[in-house]
Parts: sequence; C-alpha cells; structure tokens
Amino acid sequence: MKFLLRKTLSMGAVLLIVAFMVFVMIRFSPGDPAAILAGDNATEQQIAAIREAMRLDDPLALQFGHWTSQVVSGDLGTSIFSGEPVLDMILQRIEPTISLTLLTMGFAIVVAVVLGVFAAARAGRTTDRLVMVFSVIGFSVPGFVTAYLLIYVLSVRLGWFPVQGYTPLAEGIGPWLHALVLPGLVLSLTYIALIARITRATMLEVLSEDYIRTARAKGVSPNAVLYGHALRNAGVPIVTIVGLGFSMLIGGVVITETVFNIPGIGRLVIDAITKRDYPIIQGITLLLSAVYVMVNLLVDLSYGLIDPRTRKS
Amino acid sequence: MSYVSTQSPPARPVMTARATRFVRRNPTLVFGATVLSLFIVLALVSPLLVGDVSSLNPLQRLKPMSGEHPLGTDAQGRDLLGRTVYGARVSLAVGCAVAILAITIGVILGLAAGYIPWLETPVMTLMDALMSIPAVLLAISLVSLTSASVGTVIVAITIPEIPRVVRLVRSVVLSVRRQPYVEAAVAGGARTLKILWRHILPATVPPLIVQATYVAASAILIESALSFVGAGTPPDIPSWGNMISESRLYLSRAPMTVFAPGLALALTVLAINLIGDGLRDRLDPRLARRM
Repeated sequence: MKFLLRKTLSMGAVLLIVAFMVFVMIRFSPGDPAAILAGDNATEQQIAAIREAMRLDDPLALQFGHWTSQVVSGDLGTSIFSGEPVLDMILQRIEPTISLTLLTMGFAIVVAVVLGVFAAARAGRTTDRLVMVFSVIGFSVPGFVTAYLLIYVLSVRLGWFPVQGYTPLAEGIGPWLHALVLPGLVLSLTYIALIARITRATMLEVLSEDYIRTARAKGVSPNAVLYGHALRNAGVPIVTIVGLGFSMLIGGVVITETVFNIPGIGRLVIDAITKRDYPIIQGITLLLSAVYVMVNLLVDLSYGLIDPRTRKS
Repeated sequence: MSYVSTQSPPARPVMTARATRFVRRNPTLVFGATVLSLFIVLALVSPLLVGDVSSLNPLQRLKPMSGEHPLGTDAQGRDLLGRTVYGARVSLAVGCAVAILAITIGVILGLAAGYIPWLETPVMTLMDALMSIPAVLLAISLVSLTSASVGTVIVAITIPEIPRVVRLVRSVVLSVRRQPYVEAAVAGGARTLKILWRHILPATVPPLIVQATYVAASAILIESALSFVGAGTPPDIPSWGNMISESRLYLSRAPMTVFAPGLALALTVLAINLIGDGLRDRLDPRLARRM
C-alpha cells in the first residue's frame, strides 16, 4: 500500500514535469499564439482580445496554474486551426491508434517471449544465432524502411494487402485485421527484437540456477521446466522491458501511421506539428506520456503477482 | 637451416596471424568497423566524387539504371547514387555529434545524481519525465519550435538521449562509491570533484564507450524518422530520411529511389550496433553475460 502511494506520488511528479516542459516549450516557441489564432486579416484589437481571453498577459506561473487546472478537469484546449476541442479530436482518432498498439503489443510479446525462450534453451546453437541476428537487424532497420519493403513486395507486387489506409472495427473483424497486418508487423519488429533479447539473457541466467537442475533431475518434462519453472522466474525483467519499450513503440506508432496513412493520433500530431497547432501537440504529448507512466505503474504492480518474493520489500 | 628460420620468423606473418586471430574472435566488431569505415570515407570524399547533388533536371526524372546514373535518377532527375553517398554526411555527423553531446551532459548529471544525495531525486524525476515522452515525438516537437537545420536537429535528438546515459552513469557510481578505494579517498579528505574525476569517472568509461555507439545508432534512426516526416534535415541537403520521404510516392514505379537510401541507412545503423555489441563483449564482460 505504501509502495502504491509512493509510486503514485512519483507518477504525479513525472506528469507535472512533463506538463511544465510542454507548457514552457510552447510558450517559448516563435510566433504569437494569439496572432496565429486570429488569422492573417486580424486587427490589433482582435489580437488583444484573444490575448486577454487566453490570459497570455498573465505571469507565466499563473498561466501554468490555470492551464494545469483546465487539463485536470479534462479540457485540453481548442485547436488553433479547426477550432474544435483537442479532446474531441483525439477521441475521434483514437480507435486506429489503440487497435494498432494493442494488436502489436500482443503479437510482439508472444513472439518475442517464445523466440527468447527458444534461443536460451538452445544457447550457442544455430537457432540461438538466428534469433540474435534477427534481434540486431530488428534494432537497426528503421520501421519505415521495412514498411516500404513489405508494401512493395506484399502489396504492390503480390496485392495481398492494402497499400495503406485503415478499416474501422465496426466494418467487421476480418477487414479491420487485414488492414492492420502490415503496419502491425512492421511496428512489432523492433519491439520483438528488444523483448526477445532480454528474455534470452534472463532465461540463460535462470536456467543455470540449482532449482532448474533439481526440476530436471526429478524428471519434469523439458517444456514444463522452460515455461513453468524458468519463464516465471524470468518474468520481472521481461515485463520491465515491455514497459520501458512502450515509449519506443508509441514513437513507432507515430511514424507507422504516417507511412500507412492511418488516421490515428500519430497522424494527428504530425499534422499539428507541421501546422504548428500547439494545443494539439500539447494535448497528445501529455496523453501519451500519461499512458506510458500508467503502463509502467501496471508493470511495477505486476511484480508482486509474478514474483511473490518482491512483495515484502 | 630449418632451425634458424623458425628461430627468427619474419615479422609480417606474425602480424597477419594476429590480425587473423583478432578477426576470427571478433567477427561482428570487424564487420561493423569495415562497413562503417567505408561509409565514413564515402561521406568525407563525397563532395569530390559527386557533382552537384541538388540541381533539378526534370527531363531525366525517374530514369532506370544506366552508365551515367548507376542507380538511376530520382523524381527530380537527380543522380540517386550520388545523393545516397552524400546522405551519409548528415547521418554520420548527427550520430557523432549526438553521441558526444549526450554522453557529456549525461556524465555530468549522472555523476551528480549518483554522488550528491540531495540531487538524486530531482535529477532522476526529470529524467523519468523525459523518458516518458517518446523520443521521436519529443525530437519532432523540439524541431518544430525553431526552424529546421542540422544544428537544431542535433540538439532535439540529444535531449531524449540523455536519460539513458544518466541512468547508466548513476548505476556505475552507486556501485563504485562503496568500494574501499573510494572510501579511502573520502577518508583521506580528497575534494569531491577530485574523487569524482580521479576515482569514479574512470569506472564509467568502458560502459560509456559501448553506450556511445548505441546512442549514435539511435540518433541516426531518429534523424531519419524526423527527416522522413518533414521535421528534420532541410530538403536542400540530401539525407536518407528526406530522400525516402520524397520518393515514397514513386515506390511502385521506381522502387530503387526508396530502397537505395533505405539500405544505406540500415547498413550504417547495423554496422554501428555490431561495433557496440563487439565492444561490449570485450570491454564489459559483466554486461555481456547479461545481454
């Protein structure tokens, strides 16, 4: 309980710092937000009125306080260009992003853990070497390069998948999944490489422990030793890297959505950055880092479930 | 006769034998170093080899491979091979600059957070906050605040790379500061700065050399992503990211315009990662066993 309280407190501190960084970054950006909002033909009075309404003339600390209290009550401001509330724009675009992220995470974690366990069980042999080679390549080839390779071969040449676009879940699971196969595959490669590497390393350590030898000696089947005894004890580092890698995954989502023209939050923020629509950049950055912090809180909480020994400390 | 010749073997074969053994024991290191050196040389001499890489020539657009243009031309009629070779300049400059900057700042913050108790919580919370924003997104937003130039791109990529250097340095400091030789220095009344410089900093060097290669690889990847979404290297300087971005509409007509810079990018990052893995195995056996 004390642990949970401390974690929540540090989580709050992290988010407050993120909010402050985003706030400062945007306040020190070139160009007067009021002038941008008012448009090209605005008069001095109109700009002054907007400055007044946005409280741009208040001291910075007061502005930050005001902005934070708005954010806490769920108001992320309105877009400079469309005039729509940022929260609504995010909600309209959230389905593709959540679909892509969850699908990729699920796929990547299963594949990576199986690959990592497999490699560790055959350490030093060809299977292990292949997994390690795959892992280095996964780290080195940028997602958009793999994406265009797969698009060229599988979509342009063979016509198996759509070149780009997204099909909402409402139109059926089949079409939805079909449109997400390529982006999900591309996005998962680096994540798989990362998790497989840690899984292999931790499994190698665990497999050299005495209780594994005992289990083997008493005749537990090799697979039960690997997945039952060893993997459970290798769980903590694996979920830790799943959590830490999550921010890399989100970064990948932003780029992948651009490549595949998926109308999600990633595309929204890239468009906002090219148009310098600061409220949207602010809102999405805050949202994504809040999700990252939450995922890592869940990871911390899962330690107790995976390894009861950590509960005491 | 034969006895004499074995007693004084010529110097060269020994050197070659040593070199062969080194290559056999460190295949990844050697492969990575060879590929990277090739790209570095190409980057350095490219202005001499390659003519004008920016002049537009609409009549020559999207031409296939030919004697004059070994890889064909891009959508603006510019020589693809020349631009791909030239693109190494931005990537390597960014990778190198970010690695140096991030390590320098990261070492200072990491030493402070690890050795000075009251600085630990604020510094580490700040690092946690930086890590919670996806690196690509943070870098893109930072670039969008100013005009895009290679300098701003370097700064924007350095900031998200700092936290992992800080965490690494801090963890080394925490494990070293309880060592008898450090406690002896403290007891002997050495000044804090001197202890940090003489006794603690050297212990961070091997893991930092390895980390520098990973930072450089990651920086090159982020730069390419920034240029790809149009928030990186300005379009008048060829970089692999902006070349792919400009060519992606012509993927089905001229796939080479996307794959030539893509392959160069992947090979460069792969080479640096392999050097990192090779160095890690040699310099940091404890970490090597864990990875």
